[in-house]
Amino acid sequence: MRMAWVVAAFAALVGLLAAGLTRDPREVPSPLIGKPAPAFELPLLHAPDKSFSQKDMLGKVWVMNVWASWCPPCLVEHPVVTALAKSGLAPVVGLNYKDRREDALPWLQRNGDPFQLSVADADGRIAMDYGVYGVPETYVIDRGGLIRYKHIGPLTPEAVRDKVAPLIKELARAG
Amino acid sequence: MRASLLVLALAAGAVLAQDPALDKRVTGLAHELRCLVCQNQTIADSNAPLAVDLRNQIREQLARGASEREVIDFMVARYGDFVLYKPPFKATTLALWLGPFALLAAGALLLWRRLARRRAPAPQLTEAERARAAKLLE
Repeated sequence: MRMAWVVAAFAALVGLLAAGLTRDPREVPSPLIGKPAPAFELPLLHAPDKSFSQKDMLGKVWVMNVWASWCPPCLVEHPVVTALAKSGLAPVVGLNYKDRREDALPWLQRNGDPFQLSVADADGRIAMDYGVYGVPETYVIDRGGLIRYKHIGPLTPEAVRDKVAPLIKELARAG
Repeated sequence: MRASLLVLALAAGAVLAQDPALDKRVTGLAHELRCLVCQNQTIADSNAPLAVDLRNQIREQLARGASEREVIDFMVARYGDFVLYKPPFKATTLALWLGPFALLAAGALLLWRRLARRRAPAPQLTEAERARAAKLLE
């Protein structure tokens, strides 16, 4: 009887630890979900004399992808981001993070430019407001300008299929 | 070019080192905040680019007259409670804070019960049992 108790307690502990092992400690829940996307006004990567603000997207469901030419995982996820943009589900805006224009533009030329536009966050200040801590990161923002989802790390086809795409469709329907 | 950069770096260093009190506050805060890139380091210990940015952000805000509390709130608003090296005491962290004490109490209770049982006096024998024992010992 006593032995059964010990075994049960041990099994519970193993279960708890096993569940903990399946979770990714790098995925820190963002406190920004459900909050307004932090305001910014940044120069366009392609035309630094023009600027873009998150306000320009009010009324649309859109995706913001944080990327940099120096970031290898960004190259890994690039085909996925490209496919998402090509699907036409939602416009994808690039936030070019702590990059140099002379590096970023050739990178887009080499790998293709899926973005409706990219803005240059050269000192990473706006990314800090968005709680970016590891590029790439991807945000889904709704018509009212609220952040609805944040993906940390390279976007995968599974994440798009199971999370991002259904969410965009739902938000678009919600009007 | 290189020489002028060096001069610039030295000048910047001199400006930054001018205020030891501010330095102390920056370091103090940096030791309380977690580096999100290398998660088991504080941003004071880490040299990840983000940690450098966050240290600069702390310095800037303190220099502008912000309080420690305001800087911490700024970080938590962006990165969540996870950025705090010492987690806050609230409903979702109750198990974290109280769990060890609960385990200690449970262990103490178990030990106490076991010791009490061991210390219990030997059961009294009835007359019949006494007689039987005496017989066996003969």
